[in-house]
Amino acid sequence: MRRQFPLFLCFIAGVFMAVQYFIPHPSVQVWYERILDWLQTLLAFAFLIGTVSLVRLHYHKIRHKASDRGYSFVLFAGLALMLAFGFTNRSPGSRFDHMFQYVQVPIEGTMFSLLAFYIASAAFRAFRARTVEATLLLAAASVVMLGRVPIGDLIHRSIPWAANWILNVPNMASKRGIMIGVGLGMMATALKIMLGIERAWMGGTD
Amino acid sequence: MRGDRGFPVRTRFAAGPVVALMAVSALFLCPHAVPAQAQDEAAPTQAPPLAAPTSVTLRDAPDDRGGAVDVSWTLSADDTDGRVTSYTVYRSTSPDTGFVMAGTVAKGIGRFGDGGLPDRTPLYYKVAATDGATESLSPVAGPVMASPQWFYRGRLIVMIASLLFIFAVVGFVRAAKAGKDLFIRRLAGLDHMDDAVGRATEMGKPILFITGLSTISDVATIAGINILGEVAKKTAEYNTRLIVPCADPIVMAVEQEVVKQAYAKVGRPDGYSEDDVFYLTRSQFAYVAGVNGIMVRQRPATILYMGMFYAESLVMAETGSAIGAIQIAGTDAVTQLPFFITTCDYTLIGEELYAASAYLSREPVLLGGLKGQDAAKAAIGLFVVLGAITATLTALGVMPVDFIARIFANS
Repeated sequence: MRRQFPLFLCFIAGVFMAVQYFIPHPSVQVWYERILDWLQTLLAFAFLIGTVSLVRLHYHKIRHKASDRGYSFVLFAGLALMLAFGFTNRSPGSRFDHMFQYVQVPIEGTMFSLLAFYIASAAFRAFRARTVEATLLLAAASVVMLGRVPIGDLIHRSIPWAANWILNVPNMASKRGIMIGVGLGMMATALKIMLGIERAWMGGTD
Repeated sequence: MRGDRGFPVRTRFAAGPVVALMAVSALFLCPHAVPAQAQDEAAPTQAPPLAAPTSVTLRDAPDDRGGAVDVSWTLSADDTDGRVTSYTVYRSTSPDTGFVMAGTVAKGIGRFGDGGLPDRTPLYYKVAATDGATESLSPVAGPVMASPQWFYRGRLIVMIASLLFIFAVVGFVRAAKAGKDLFIRRLAGLDHMDDAVGRATEMGKPILFITGLSTISDVATIAGINILGEVAKKTAEYNTRLIVPCADPIVMAVEQEVVKQAYAKVGRPDGYSEDDVFYLTRSQFAYVAGVNGIMVRQRPATILYMGMFYAESLVMAETGSAIGAIQIAGTDAVTQLPFFITTCDYTLIGEELYAASAYLSREPVLLGGLKGQDAAKAAIGLFVVLGAITATLTALGVMPVDFIARIFANS
């Protein structure tokens, strides 16, 4: 029963969500919208579970004097501070808002900006003419990069045209092929989960 | 002296100048005495009234949840010469009175969708062509009733294709259950999974498993969790530490259960540590910062990326590459695949991620599902080729109708 009930629930929910896609009648759509509302409610409670897991992990690190427990102190301090500010006042201009706008957002922006350097280092490693395919990749990447900046057009007017052709024809064709495969894979995986064939998400078939 | 006719000569000569003087005076003293033709040209003329739109047609909006009506009409005859500026649509529950404006459309457009209506209530419409100052109304059309439908007719093709796909998958699953041997091509990334786990065991370093930033409702995340189960069994056997930082609390709960069950299945329940499968953060780049910190401090020998990734993928993969870890990635995010391909040792592209569970476990039922997928893909490929041929022949005039395009036209 412990394993059969989740499978039954999964089947019923999966079939309903698949069937509602074809039925616009409000008597069916109202249940679809209710399920979406319930998902939001579950997610709110799930954040509580996540927070408890995080606090317990870092408490154990501090208690067992792990080498990186300093970060755990920083985490607890940040958590306590944001909770205190958040319960007090969350309006624009409040301390909570300032901590978010002037601490968290710039830090996230800094992490995002690392992408520029990592793209350069990845390109430096990838664009080497070691094999036929790598040489083709190097040539295509060179044409596309030149075609996307004004100097490419200055060198020769066919470079932007070639760059657009590479992006719109072979690149788009391969992307579409991958997306068709992904779409079918998604359907097959969802079908296998609904029918109880795929049970790894429950911990296996036993 | 008297002339030949008996008039005095002096009188005859005096009459001519007097008549001329009178004619000239008439010209100057009677300004309204003008020809009739000039009189007509000077007066202003009235423009003819706007031609009204005709043939107003009403129908309940198809394939919807009700409350909508489609109104269409033949354009006013004055639409093409620029006199009409817009059309105003009026609606009422009675054919004679109570018309209110439902909406307006620009000139040249002969249709209007009215929404937010009560279902099963008779409605009447009329359409007016307007030039900004005057309106010319069509006859009243109706009644029409909005109502909800039970089936999206436009999605019939999707339903038929889905049913065929389901039959293909179920058919191959049954064939696999009956013992038929099914060929699956090799996937390098999955073949080297054992080597990657073995490397970490030999070096005495942990394995880092990342299932991406998406939620449990994303099929890529579920595929990643399926692979996590297989990897967890191996790490339990080899007594290698497995670290799984999660970006979603529900995903964390599922992954904790999966890893715990995997350890229990190989007889090592004591090897499972709940602190190794933990929630990190939901924020994208905060998660990346946390994962990078784990990589730099814990220095895992093997890093596995299996799931849905976004812009953070390259930041993580480059850091993993910098610490010298062997990296195997699998994602269906088309935009992130190039980053993984250039940075990781092996990459599972798109649907190969979904095949991983069947490939690693070699369960016949799962392999059967994989073959069903391939059959559907072959069918789609066939339609693509046929569609390209029929479109080309239609464009060249060889074929009168592109029947392949017509099949998918309304879906």
